[in-house]
Amino acid sequence: MNVFYFFLQHHEEILDLTLEHLWLVGISTLLAVLIGIPLGIVSAHWPVWNKPILGTANIIQTVPSLALFGFLLPVPWIGARADRLAILALTLYALLPVIRNTYTGIRGVDPSVVEAGRGMGLTDRQLVFQVELPLAVSVILSGVRVAVVVSVGLATIAAAIGAGGLGEFIFRGLAMVNNELILAGAIPAAILALSADFGLGWLERRLRPR
Amino acid sequence: METIPANGPVIDFRDVVYTLPNGQPLLQNLNLQVQGGETLVLLGRSGSGKTTTLKLINRLLTPSGGEVRVNGALTAENDVIRLRRSIGYVIQDVGLFPHFTVERNIGLVPRIEGWPAERIQLRVEELLQLVRLDSQIASRYPHQLSGGQRQRVGVARALAADPAILLMDEPFGAVDAITRDQLQREFLSLQQRLNKTVVFVTHDLREALRLGSRIALMEAGRLVTVLSPQDFLRSSDPLAAAYVQAFGEGLDSAANRGTS
Repeated sequence: MNVFYFFLQHHEEILDLTLEHLWLVGISTLLAVLIGIPLGIVSAHWPVWNKPILGTANIIQTVPSLALFGFLLPVPWIGARADRLAILALTLYALLPVIRNTYTGIRGVDPSVVEAGRGMGLTDRQLVFQVELPLAVSVILSGVRVAVVVSVGLATIAAAIGAGGLGEFIFRGLAMVNNELILAGAIPAAILALSADFGLGWLERRLRPR
Repeated sequence: METIPANGPVIDFRDVVYTLPNGQPLLQNLNLQVQGGETLVLLGRSGSGKTTTLKLINRLLTPSGGEVRVNGALTAENDVIRLRRSIGYVIQDVGLFPHFTVERNIGLVPRIEGWPAERIQLRVEELLQLVRLDSQIASRYPHQLSGGQRQRVGVARALAADPAILLMDEPFGAVDAITRDQLQREFLSLQQRLNKTVVFVTHDLREALRLGSRIALMEAGRLVTVLSPQDFLRSSDPLAAAYVQAFGEGLDSAANRGTS
Protein backbone atom coordinates (compact mmCIF):
# COMPACT_ATOMS: atom_id res chain seq x y z
CA MET A 1 0.00 0.00 0.00
CA ASN A 2 2.80 2.35 0.95
CA VAL A 3 4.35 1.85 -2.48
CA PHE A 4 1.12 2.92 -4.15
CA TYR A 5 0.93 6.17 -2.15
CA PHE A 6 4.61 6.77 -2.77
CA PHE A 7 4.05 6.50 -6.52
CA LEU A 8 1.10 8.88 -6.34
CA GLN A 9 3.04 11.41 -4.35
CA HIS A 10 6.15 11.28 -6.51
CA HIS A 11 4.56 10.74 -9.89
CA GLU A 12 6.16 13.82 -11.39
CA GLU A 13 9.66 12.89 -10.39
CA ILE A 14 9.09 9.29 -11.51
CA LEU A 15 7.90 10.52 -14.90
CA ASP A 16 10.91 12.84 -15.26
CA LEU A 17 13.42 10.15 -14.43
CA THR A 18 11.64 7.64 -16.67
CA LEU A 19 11.91 10.07 -19.59
CA GLU A 20 15.57 10.65 -18.78
CA HIS A 21 16.05 6.89 -18.70
CA LEU A 22 14.32 6.51 -22.05
CA TRP A 23 16.52 9.21 -23.51
CA LEU A 24 19.73 7.48 -22.37
CA VAL A 25 18.56 4.15 -23.76
CA GLY A 26 17.08 5.63 -26.95
CA ILE A 27 20.12 7.66 -27.99
CA SER A 28 22.59 4.90 -27.16
CA THR A 29 20.55 2.29 -29.06
CA LEU A 30 20.31 4.60 -32.05
CA LEU A 31 24.07 5.10 -32.03
CA ALA A 32 24.66 1.37 -31.64
CA VAL A 33 22.41 0.68 -34.64
CA LEU A 34 24.13 3.35 -36.75
CA ILE A 35 27.57 1.97 -35.94
CA GLY A 36 26.76 -1.71 -35.47
CA ILE A 37 24.89 -2.43 -38.71
CA PRO A 38 27.68 -1.14 -40.98
CA LEU A 39 30.22 -3.08 -38.90
CA GLY A 40 28.04 -6.19 -39.21
CA ILE A 41 27.85 -5.73 -42.99
CA VAL A 42 31.63 -5.35 -43.17
CA SER A 43 32.29 -8.47 -41.13
CA ALA A 44 29.80 -10.50 -43.16
CA HIS A 45 31.41 -9.47 -46.46
CA TRP A 46 35.08 -9.42 -45.60
CA PRO A 47 35.92 -12.45 -43.46
CA VAL A 48 39.25 -10.83 -42.52
CA TRP A 49 37.37 -8.23 -40.48
CA ASN A 50 35.04 -10.69 -38.84
CA LYS A 51 37.32 -11.71 -35.97
CA PRO A 52 38.69 -8.27 -35.03
CA ILE A 53 35.24 -6.64 -35.08
CA LEU A 54 33.28 -9.32 -33.25
CA GLY A 55 36.23 -9.98 -30.95
CA THR A 56 36.45 -6.35 -29.87
CA ALA A 57 32.71 -6.11 -29.31
CA ASN A 58 32.91 -9.31 -27.28
CA ILE A 59 35.71 -7.98 -25.08
CA ILE A 60 33.83 -4.74 -24.41
CA GLN A 61 30.88 -6.83 -23.32
CA THR A 62 32.98 -8.54 -20.67
CA VAL A 63 34.09 -5.31 -18.97
CA PRO A 64 31.99 -4.78 -15.82
CA SER A 65 29.75 -1.79 -16.36
CA LEU A 66 30.87 0.23 -13.34
CA ALA A 67 34.49 -0.26 -14.39
CA LEU A 68 33.68 0.86 -17.95
CA PHE A 69 32.15 4.08 -16.60
CA GLY A 70 35.37 4.58 -14.64
CA PHE A 71 37.59 3.94 -17.68
CA LEU A 72 35.70 6.47 -19.75
CA LEU A 73 35.83 9.20 -17.11
CA PRO A 74 39.21 10.65 -18.20
CA VAL A 75 38.23 10.78 -21.91
CA PRO A 76 38.24 14.52 -22.85
CA TRP A 77 34.86 15.62 -24.23
CA ILE A 78 33.04 12.51 -23.12
CA GLY A 79 34.08 12.59 -19.47
CA ALA A 80 33.01 16.19 -19.07
CA ARG A 81 29.34 15.30 -18.70
CA ALA A 82 27.82 12.30 -17.01
CA ASP A 83 25.08 11.76 -19.61
CA ARG A 84 27.59 11.70 -22.49
CA LEU A 85 29.60 9.17 -20.62
CA ALA A 86 26.60 7.00 -19.86
CA ILE A 87 25.44 7.12 -23.48
CA LEU A 88 28.86 6.10 -24.75
CA ALA A 89 29.07 3.20 -22.32
CA LEU A 90 25.56 2.00 -23.16
CA THR A 91 26.33 2.30 -26.88
CA LEU A 92 29.42 0.15 -26.49
CA TYR A 93 27.43 -2.54 -24.68
CA ALA A 94 24.66 -2.48 -27.26
CA LEU A 95 27.10 -2.94 -30.15
CA LEU A 96 27.68 -6.66 -29.75
CA PRO A 97 24.12 -7.92 -30.25
CA VAL A 98 23.59 -5.52 -33.16
CA ILE A 99 26.83 -6.46 -34.95
CA ARG A 100 26.42 -10.15 -34.28
CA ASN A 101 22.84 -10.30 -35.52
CA THR A 102 23.59 -8.23 -38.62
CA TYR A 103 26.39 -10.66 -39.39
CA THR A 104 24.23 -13.73 -38.74
CA GLY A 105 21.28 -12.28 -40.64
CA ILE A 106 23.30 -11.52 -43.76
CA ARG A 107 25.13 -14.83 -43.63
CA GLY A 108 21.76 -16.56 -43.36
CA VAL A 109 20.44 -15.19 -46.64
CA ASP A 110 19.94 -18.03 -49.13
CA PRO A 111 23.18 -18.14 -51.20
CA SER A 112 21.25 -18.93 -54.38
CA VAL A 113 19.37 -15.65 -54.01
CA VAL A 114 22.59 -13.69 -53.66
CA GLU A 115 24.18 -15.53 -56.55
CA ALA A 116 21.18 -14.94 -58.79
CA GLY A 117 21.35 -11.24 -57.93
CA ARG A 118 25.05 -11.07 -58.64
CA GLY A 119 24.63 -12.99 -61.88
CA MET A 120 21.95 -10.59 -63.04
CA GLY A 121 24.27 -7.67 -62.60
CA LEU A 122 23.35 -6.12 -59.26
CA THR A 123 26.20 -4.02 -57.90
CA ASP A 124 27.56 -4.82 -54.44
CA ARG A 125 25.67 -1.85 -53.02
CA GLN A 126 22.41 -2.97 -54.65
CA LEU A 127 22.94 -6.48 -53.29
CA VAL A 128 23.37 -5.17 -49.75
CA PHE A 129 20.49 -2.71 -49.74
CA GLN A 130 17.95 -4.46 -51.94
CA VAL A 131 18.59 -8.09 -51.09
CA GLU A 132 20.68 -8.79 -48.00
CA LEU A 133 19.46 -6.17 -45.55
CA PRO A 134 15.73 -6.58 -46.34
CA LEU A 135 16.08 -10.35 -45.91
CA ALA A 136 18.11 -10.01 -42.70
CA VAL A 137 15.94 -7.33 -41.14
CA SER A 138 14.07 -9.51 -38.65
CA VAL A 139 17.29 -11.09 -37.38
CA ILE A 140 18.87 -7.63 -37.02
CA LEU A 141 15.81 -6.39 -35.16
CA SER A 142 16.00 -9.24 -32.69
CA GLY A 143 19.56 -8.09 -31.95
CA VAL A 144 18.31 -4.56 -31.39
CA ARG A 145 15.68 -5.94 -29.07
CA VAL A 146 18.28 -7.69 -26.95
CA ALA A 147 20.35 -4.49 -26.92
CA VAL A 148 17.43 -2.38 -25.73
CA VAL A 149 16.39 -4.75 -22.95
CA VAL A 150 19.97 -4.99 -21.67
CA SER A 151 20.40 -1.20 -21.92
CA VAL A 152 17.30 -0.47 -19.85
CA GLY A 153 18.81 -2.49 -17.02
CA LEU A 154 22.33 -1.17 -17.45
CA ALA A 155 21.19 2.43 -17.59
CA THR A 156 20.10 2.21 -13.96
CA ILE A 157 23.78 1.92 -13.05
CA ALA A 158 24.50 5.17 -14.90
CA ALA A 159 22.98 6.98 -11.93
CA ALA A 160 26.11 6.00 -9.99
CA ILE A 161 28.08 8.53 -12.05
CA GLY A 162 25.30 11.09 -11.89
CA ALA A 163 23.80 10.55 -15.33
CA GLY A 164 20.27 10.40 -13.95
CA GLY A 165 17.57 7.99 -15.01
CA LEU A 166 15.61 5.57 -12.86
CA GLY A 167 18.79 4.42 -11.18
CA GLU A 168 18.57 7.60 -9.08
CA PHE A 169 15.71 6.09 -7.09
CA ILE A 170 17.44 2.77 -6.75
CA PHE A 171 20.70 4.22 -5.46
CA ARG A 172 18.87 6.61 -3.14
CA GLY A 173 16.74 3.76 -1.86
CA LEU A 174 19.79 1.59 -1.27
CA ALA A 175 21.50 4.38 0.66
CA MET A 176 18.44 5.07 2.77
CA VAL A 177 17.42 1.41 3.07
CA ASN A 178 14.05 2.43 1.65
CA ASN A 179 12.20 -0.23 -0.34
CA GLU A 180 9.62 2.15 -1.77
CA LEU A 181 12.36 4.23 -3.35
CA ILE A 182 14.03 1.15 -4.84
CA LEU A 183 10.72 -0.03 -6.28
CA ALA A 184 10.02 3.44 -7.68
CA GLY A 185 13.10 2.91 -9.86
CA ALA A 186 12.82 -0.82 -10.46
CA ILE A 187 9.16 -1.08 -11.45
CA PRO A 188 9.18 1.57 -14.21
CA ALA A 189 12.48 0.14 -15.48
CA ALA A 190 10.95 -3.32 -15.67
CA ILE A 191 7.89 -1.94 -17.47
CA LEU A 192 10.14 -0.13 -19.96
CA ALA A 193 12.12 -3.29 -20.66
CA LEU A 194 9.02 -5.42 -21.07
CA SER A 195 7.26 -3.02 -23.38
CA ALA A 196 10.36 -2.55 -25.54
CA ASP A 197 10.71 -6.32 -25.71
CA PHE A 198 7.09 -6.74 -26.68
CA GLY A 199 6.98 -3.88 -29.21
CA LEU A 200 10.18 -4.83 -31.01
CA GLY A 201 9.21 -8.49 -30.93
CA TRP A 202 5.98 -7.64 -32.67
CA LEU A 203 7.81 -5.57 -35.30
CA GLU A 204 10.28 -8.40 -35.81
CA ARG A 205 7.50 -10.89 -36.56
CA ARG A 206 5.84 -8.47 -38.95
CA LEU A 207 9.02 -7.89 -40.93
CA ARG A 208 10.08 -11.52 -41.10
CA PRO A 209 10.37 -12.50 -44.75
CA ARG A 210 8.22 -15.42 -45.77
CA MET B 1 27.05 -4.14 -78.84
CA GLU B 2 30.66 -4.24 -79.94
CA THR B 3 31.56 -4.92 -83.52
CA ILE B 4 31.16 -8.65 -83.86
CA PRO B 5 33.27 -10.29 -86.51
CA ALA B 6 30.82 -11.79 -88.99
CA ASN B 7 30.13 -15.43 -88.18
CA GLY B 8 32.47 -15.23 -85.22
CA PRO B 9 31.48 -17.19 -82.15
CA VAL B 10 29.32 -15.36 -79.62
CA ILE B 11 31.16 -17.03 -76.75
CA ASP B 12 34.75 -18.11 -77.17
CA PHE B 13 36.91 -20.02 -74.67
CA ARG B 14 40.60 -20.18 -75.50
CA ASP B 15 42.94 -22.34 -73.43
CA VAL B 16 40.92 -21.53 -70.35
CA VAL B 17 42.14 -22.80 -67.01
CA TYR B 18 40.37 -22.33 -63.72
CA THR B 19 42.09 -23.22 -60.48
CA LEU B 20 40.76 -22.80 -56.96
CA PRO B 21 42.79 -20.57 -54.61
CA ASN B 22 44.01 -23.77 -52.89
CA GLY B 23 45.52 -24.97 -56.16
CA GLN B 24 42.87 -27.53 -57.05
CA PRO B 25 42.21 -27.34 -60.79
CA LEU B 26 38.53 -27.29 -61.74
CA LEU B 27 38.96 -26.66 -65.43
CA GLN B 28 41.88 -27.51 -67.67
CA ASN B 29 42.68 -26.16 -71.07
CA LEU B 30 39.17 -25.52 -72.27
CA ASN B 31 38.67 -24.57 -75.92
CA LEU B 32 35.05 -24.12 -76.87
CA GLN B 33 33.06 -21.87 -79.18
CA VAL B 34 29.37 -21.14 -78.95
CA GLN B 35 27.69 -19.88 -82.12
CA GLY B 36 24.90 -17.32 -82.24
CA GLY B 37 21.41 -18.81 -81.91
CA GLU B 38 22.49 -22.28 -80.90
CA THR B 39 21.74 -24.16 -77.70
CA LEU B 40 24.97 -25.60 -76.46
CA VAL B 41 24.45 -28.14 -73.70
CA LEU B 42 27.25 -28.77 -71.22
CA LEU B 43 26.75 -32.37 -70.15
CA GLY B 44 28.67 -34.00 -67.35
CA ARG B 45 28.67 -35.38 -63.84
CA SER B 46 28.85 -33.18 -60.80
CA GLY B 47 32.39 -31.91 -60.48
CA SER B 48 33.04 -32.17 -64.20
CA GLY B 49 33.43 -28.39 -64.50
CA LYS B 50 30.22 -27.54 -66.35
CA THR B 51 28.93 -24.99 -63.86
CA THR B 52 32.42 -23.50 -63.59
CA THR B 53 32.43 -23.08 -67.36
CA LEU B 54 29.07 -21.34 -67.22
CA LYS B 55 30.15 -18.93 -64.49
CA LEU B 56 33.23 -17.95 -66.47
CA ILE B 57 30.93 -16.52 -69.14
CA ASN B 58 29.25 -13.92 -66.91
CA ARG B 59 32.40 -13.55 -64.84
CA LEU B 60 30.99 -14.88 -61.60
CA LEU B 61 34.39 -16.57 -61.86
CA THR B 62 37.51 -15.20 -63.53
CA PRO B 63 39.78 -17.54 -65.48
CA SER B 64 43.13 -18.37 -63.91
CA GLY B 65 44.57 -18.72 -67.41
CA GLY B 66 43.52 -18.30 -71.03
CA GLU B 67 40.77 -16.00 -72.18
CA VAL B 68 37.00 -15.88 -72.43
CA ARG B 69 35.43 -13.65 -75.06
CA VAL B 70 31.79 -12.65 -75.32
CA ASN B 71 30.84 -11.00 -78.61
CA GLY B 72 34.50 -10.73 -79.42
CA ALA B 73 35.42 -8.76 -76.31
CA LEU B 74 37.47 -10.15 -73.45
CA THR B 75 35.20 -10.57 -70.42
CA ALA B 76 38.12 -9.66 -68.18
CA GLU B 77 38.28 -6.21 -69.73
CA ASN B 78 34.55 -5.54 -69.89
CA ASP B 79 32.56 -3.67 -67.27
CA VAL B 80 31.38 -6.69 -65.31
CA ILE B 81 28.01 -5.17 -64.33
CA ARG B 82 27.21 -4.30 -67.97
CA LEU B 83 28.32 -7.77 -69.05
CA ARG B 84 26.07 -9.52 -66.54
CA ARG B 85 23.06 -7.38 -67.33
CA SER B 86 23.43 -8.27 -71.01
CA ILE B 87 23.31 -11.99 -70.20
CA GLY B 88 20.26 -13.80 -68.81
CA TYR B 89 21.00 -16.20 -65.96
CA VAL B 90 18.79 -19.01 -64.66
CA ILE B 91 19.90 -21.35 -61.88
CA GLN B 92 18.52 -24.56 -60.43
CA ASP B 93 17.43 -23.04 -57.12
CA VAL B 94 15.92 -20.23 -59.20
CA GLY B 95 17.08 -17.65 -56.65
CA LEU B 96 13.91 -15.59 -56.82
CA PHE B 97 13.98 -12.79 -54.27
CA PRO B 98 11.57 -13.98 -51.55
CA HIS B 99 10.74 -10.41 -50.48
CA PHE B 100 9.80 -9.29 -54.00
CA THR B 101 6.54 -10.04 -55.78
CA VAL B 102 6.67 -11.94 -59.07
CA GLU B 103 6.29 -8.63 -60.86
CA ARG B 104 9.24 -7.02 -59.07
CA ASN B 105 11.34 -10.13 -59.54
CA ILE B 106 10.79 -10.15 -63.28
CA GLY B 107 11.21 -6.40 -63.59
CA LEU B 108 14.43 -6.27 -61.58
CA VAL B 109 17.00 -5.74 -64.31
CA PRO B 110 14.80 -3.28 -66.24
CA ARG B 111 14.26 -1.37 -63.00
CA ILE B 112 17.94 -1.07 -62.10
CA GLU B 113 18.56 -0.17 -65.72
CA GLY B 114 16.22 2.76 -65.21
CA TRP B 115 13.32 1.84 -67.49
CA PRO B 116 10.17 3.94 -66.94
CA ALA B 117 7.53 2.20 -64.81
CA GLU B 118 4.93 1.80 -67.58
CA ARG B 119 7.43 0.14 -69.86
CA ILE B 120 8.46 -2.28 -67.12
CA GLN B 121 4.85 -3.17 -66.46
CA LEU B 122 4.17 -3.85 -70.12
CA ARG B 123 7.30 -5.94 -70.34
CA VAL B 124 6.34 -7.99 -67.29
CA GLU B 125 2.91 -8.73 -68.76
CA GLU B 126 4.47 -9.71 -72.05
CA LEU B 127 6.94 -12.03 -70.33
CA LEU B 128 4.31 -13.69 -68.16
CA GLN B 129 2.42 -14.49 -71.33
CA LEU B 130 5.58 -15.75 -72.98
CA VAL B 131 6.27 -18.28 -70.19
CA ARG B 132 2.54 -19.12 -70.00
CA LEU B 133 1.78 -17.76 -66.58
CA ASP B 134 -1.48 -16.15 -65.62
CA SER B 135 -1.09 -12.39 -65.21
CA GLN B 136 -2.85 -12.71 -61.85
CA ILE B 137 0.25 -14.19 -60.23
CA ALA B 138 2.16 -10.94 -60.82
CA SER B 139 1.30 -9.73 -57.34
CA ARG B 140 2.16 -12.99 -55.57
CA TYR B 141 5.31 -13.84 -53.68
CA PRO B 142 7.62 -16.71 -54.68
CA HIS B 143 6.62 -18.87 -51.70
CA GLN B 144 3.04 -18.84 -52.99
CA LEU B 145 4.05 -20.49 -56.28
CA SER B 146 4.58 -24.10 -57.31
CA GLY B 147 8.05 -25.31 -58.32
CA GLY B 148 7.17 -25.18 -62.01
CA GLN B 149 5.74 -21.69 -61.74
CA ARG B 150 8.86 -20.52 -59.95
CA GLN B 151 11.07 -21.87 -62.72
CA ARG B 152 8.95 -20.03 -65.28
CA VAL B 153 9.29 -16.81 -63.34
CA GLY B 154 13.04 -17.44 -63.23
CA VAL B 155 13.14 -17.78 -67.01
CA ALA B 156 10.96 -14.69 -67.46
CA ARG B 157 13.26 -12.72 -65.16
CA ALA B 158 16.32 -13.78 -67.14
CA LEU B 159 14.65 -12.68 -70.38
CA ALA B 160 13.44 -9.35 -69.00
CA ALA B 161 15.99 -7.02 -70.57
CA ASP B 162 16.00 -9.10 -73.77
CA PRO B 163 19.57 -10.40 -73.53
CA ALA B 164 21.04 -12.11 -76.58
CA ILE B 165 22.68 -14.75 -74.40
CA LEU B 166 21.02 -17.01 -71.87
CA LEU B 167 22.90 -19.11 -69.32
CA MET B 168 20.90 -21.91 -67.70
CA ASP B 169 22.32 -24.03 -64.90
CA GLU B 170 20.17 -27.16 -64.49
CA PRO B 171 17.08 -24.98 -64.57
CA PHE B 172 14.68 -27.92 -64.70
CA GLY B 173 16.54 -30.14 -62.25
CA ALA B 174 14.38 -29.62 -59.20
CA VAL B 175 10.89 -30.18 -60.61
CA ASP B 176 8.87 -33.35 -61.08
CA ALA B 177 9.06 -35.37 -64.29
CA ILE B 178 5.79 -34.15 -65.78
CA THR B 179 6.55 -30.49 -65.11
CA ARG B 180 10.06 -30.96 -66.48
CA ASP B 181 8.70 -32.43 -69.68
CA GLN B 182 6.37 -29.47 -70.03
CA LEU B 183 9.09 -26.93 -69.32
CA GLN B 184 11.42 -28.58 -71.83
CA ARG B 185 8.75 -28.49 -74.50
CA GLU B 186 8.09 -24.83 -73.80
CA PHE B 187 11.79 -24.09 -73.83
CA LEU B 188 12.04 -25.55 -77.34
CA SER B 189 9.15 -23.53 -78.70
CA LEU B 190 10.43 -20.42 -76.95
CA GLN B 191 13.89 -20.90 -78.36
CA GLN B 192 12.46 -21.34 -81.85
CA ARG B 193 10.82 -17.93 -81.57
CA LEU B 194 13.49 -16.01 -79.69
CA ASN B 195 16.61 -17.54 -81.19
CA LYS B 196 18.86 -16.74 -78.22
CA THR B 197 22.36 -18.04 -77.79
CA VAL B 198 21.89 -20.50 -74.95
CA VAL B 199 24.40 -22.36 -72.81
CA PHE B 200 22.58 -25.03 -70.85
CA VAL B 201 24.07 -27.13 -68.06
CA THR B 202 22.64 -30.56 -67.25
CA HIS B 203 23.65 -34.03 -66.13
CA ASP B 204 20.64 -35.59 -67.83
CA LEU B 205 21.46 -37.07 -71.24
CA ARG B 206 17.80 -37.16 -72.24
CA GLU B 207 17.49 -33.43 -71.59
CA ALA B 208 20.75 -32.76 -73.44
CA LEU B 209 19.61 -34.72 -76.50
CA ARG B 210 16.24 -33.06 -76.52
CA LEU B 211 17.26 -29.44 -76.07
CA GLY B 212 20.76 -29.15 -77.45
CA SER B 213 21.86 -28.26 -80.95
CA ARG B 214 25.27 -29.44 -79.80
CA ILE B 215 26.38 -31.32 -76.71
CA ALA B 216 29.68 -30.61 -75.01
CA LEU B 217 30.60 -33.61 -72.88
CA MET B 218 32.72 -32.80 -69.85
CA GLU B 219 34.54 -34.99 -67.36
CA ALA B 220 36.89 -34.11 -64.49
CA GLY B 221 37.54 -30.55 -65.64
CA ARG B 222 38.14 -31.40 -69.27
CA LEU B 223 36.07 -31.08 -72.39
CA VAL B 224 35.86 -34.59 -73.83
CA THR B 225 34.05 -33.95 -77.09
CA VAL B 226 31.45 -31.75 -78.75
CA LEU B 227 28.83 -33.57 -80.79
CA SER B 228 25.40 -33.06 -82.30
CA PRO B 229 22.65 -35.07 -80.58
CA GLN B 230 22.50 -37.47 -83.53
CA ASP B 231 26.24 -38.06 -83.52
CA PHE B 232 26.30 -38.40 -79.76
CA LEU B 233 24.14 -41.52 -79.95
CA ARG B 234 26.45 -43.14 -82.46
CA SER B 235 29.70 -41.88 -80.96
CA SER B 236 32.52 -44.33 -80.43
CA ASP B 237 33.87 -42.21 -77.59
CA PRO B 238 33.88 -44.50 -74.55
CA LEU B 239 32.43 -41.87 -72.19
CA ALA B 240 29.66 -40.87 -74.60
CA ALA B 241 28.89 -44.56 -75.13
CA ALA B 242 28.77 -45.08 -71.38
CA TYR B 243 26.23 -42.28 -71.09
CA VAL B 244 24.09 -43.74 -73.84
CA GLN B 245 24.19 -47.11 -72.16
CA ALA B 246 23.39 -45.70 -68.71
CA PHE B 247 20.32 -43.89 -70.00
CA GLY B 248 19.12 -46.99 -71.82
CA GLU B 249 16.61 -47.53 -74.58
CA GLY B 250 14.51 -45.12 -76.53
CA LEU B 251 17.01 -42.27 -76.73
CA ASP B 252 16.76 -42.08 -80.51
CA SER B 253 13.34 -40.52 -80.34
CA ALA B 254 14.58 -37.99 -77.80
CA ALA B 255 17.35 -36.54 -79.94
CA ASN B 256 16.84 -32.97 -81.12
CA ARG B 257 16.14 -32.87 -84.84
CA GLY B 258 15.32 -29.21 -84.55
CA THR B 259 16.09 -26.76 -87.27
CA SER B 260 18.06 -24.40 -85.08
